[in-house]
Amino acid sequence: MSATHFFGDTAVLTGRSLKHVSRSLDTIITTAVTPIAMMLLFVYVLGGAIDTGTDSYINYLLPGILLITIASGIAYTAYRLFLDLQGGIFDRFHSMPIARSSVLWAHVLTSLVANLISLVVVVMVALLMGFRSGAGVPAWLAAAGILVLFTLALTWLAVIPGLTAKTIDGASAFSYPLIFLPFISSAFVPTATMPGPVRWFAENQPVTSIVNTLRALFAGQPVGSEIWIALAWCLGILVVAAVAARAVYRRRIS
Amino acid sequence: MTTQAAISVQSLHKSFGDLAVLRGVDFEVAPGSIFALLGSNGAGKTTVIKILCTLLKADGGSAEVNGFDVATQPGDVRASLSLTGQFAAVDEVLSGRENLVLVARLRHLPDAARLAERLLQRFALTDAADRRVATYSGGMRRRLDIAMSLIGDPPVIFLDEPTTGLDPQGRLEVWQAVRELAVGGTTVLLTTQYLDEAEQLADRIAILHDGRVLVNGTLAELKQLLPPAQVEYVEKQPTLEDVFLALVGGTVETGEQP
Repeated sequence: MSATHFFGDTAVLTGRSLKHVSRSLDTIITTAVTPIAMMLLFVYVLGGAIDTGTDSYINYLLPGILLITIASGIAYTAYRLFLDLQGGIFDRFHSMPIARSSVLWAHVLTSLVANLISLVVVVMVALLMGFRSGAGVPAWLAAAGILVLFTLALTWLAVIPGLTAKTIDGASAFSYPLIFLPFISSAFVPTATMPGPVRWFAENQPVTSIVNTLRALFAGQPVGSEIWIALAWCLGILVVAAVAARAVYRRRIS
Repeated sequence: MTTQAAISVQSLHKSFGDLAVLRGVDFEVAPGSIFALLGSNGAGKTTVIKILCTLLKADGGSAEVNGFDVATQPGDVRASLSLTGQFAAVDEVLSGRENLVLVARLRHLPDAARLAERLLQRFALTDAADRRVATYSGGMRRRLDIAMSLIGDPPVIFLDEPTTGLDPQGRLEVWQAVRELAVGGTTVLLTTQYLDEAEQLADRIAILHDGRVLVNGTLAELKQLLPPAQVEYVEKQPTLEDVFLALVGGTVETGEQP
């Protein structure tokens, strides 16, 4: 039963939660507003005092801003999942003759779509603020691929609190450290300016390699070996989070 | 057995940690009947329902729905039933019509739109069909919830405390809907903590207490368990419910005196 209906059921359920997104556009706006505000703050207030060794600070910081956008966007995935469990509709779906895994997959795909919309909004604002990229189509596709992978990884991470949280605040609170992580990375300032231990952390956490790779791709420069570290982080988080989320899910429904 | 039971539960056990919620529950429900599982909060009613709907696994004992074992044939069990959970499990962001179409699609039925239209009419929701469910009253939500459960004509329907939290008007509307279900041949298992609800609706009533079924019988049989009735002369005052319904102009028949 599950194999035959999986794609159809996932499509129907994804359509449903996309309606949730399109009917509460504030979730997309809220997701985009914080990163846009940070972008304005850093470019027009703080950025003048930051020496990145490049001539355009907006080009320098956009990759980090995009990761912050994703980190705040996936909080809504946990939120929507939590509401489905609270409201009983999750139980209704599970008591129906459908492919059960579509219920989770629909939330994951919805998260992907909603985050991509927010990312497009942020990039548009960045373009207005003077962001320019000399990247060709392959580099843009590579950057998009990394952003998609990062979104999927964080989305599966968000499924865990979505399934386990006791309160609505708990469901989204996990995203705060993720939003904060880019600040201790190469996203806003070069890591070379940081004191020893902080620098060590900044250089060895996932955000830095992802940010550096995106920055190189946008600038049309060679990405070097950093792209492999970035991909390894994204895939690693994705696999671990997805396995953990499915384990939590199985315990939840047994 | 000459007629197969629509629901059959044998020595069902379930514990959450140290707490034994079900300690050997047995009952059977005849096809096309309304069976009420009566019990106070925490008696284990919802746990029984969840096991029967394959949302929980039992620790011991067995249960069958429509002839399928809940543990070994969960897919067939799910195809045989509909669950109306304790809180109206409707999508508040969608309209009533969209909710019905959603369920029809998930049940892989052709012509979901026409099916939705028919159910909206049947449950007097046509006027509100394209409004978001968040704007519905409690009774309307429950009616929509039950309408969603009817899609695909499942032979067995579970109603977990269908009238909890409803105003008297909403309660009468739900009762009406449940009676119509049974007339159509659907087997209904409902849980309730309201004695009058069981009395009004059920062909058979089981009282669940401390994880066991204390008694199981028709209303008449249960009444015989009590001391014989005493004859007293009391002035018949209107009940508060009569007053309420007279004032707000309740039009749904109570179905009391036939």
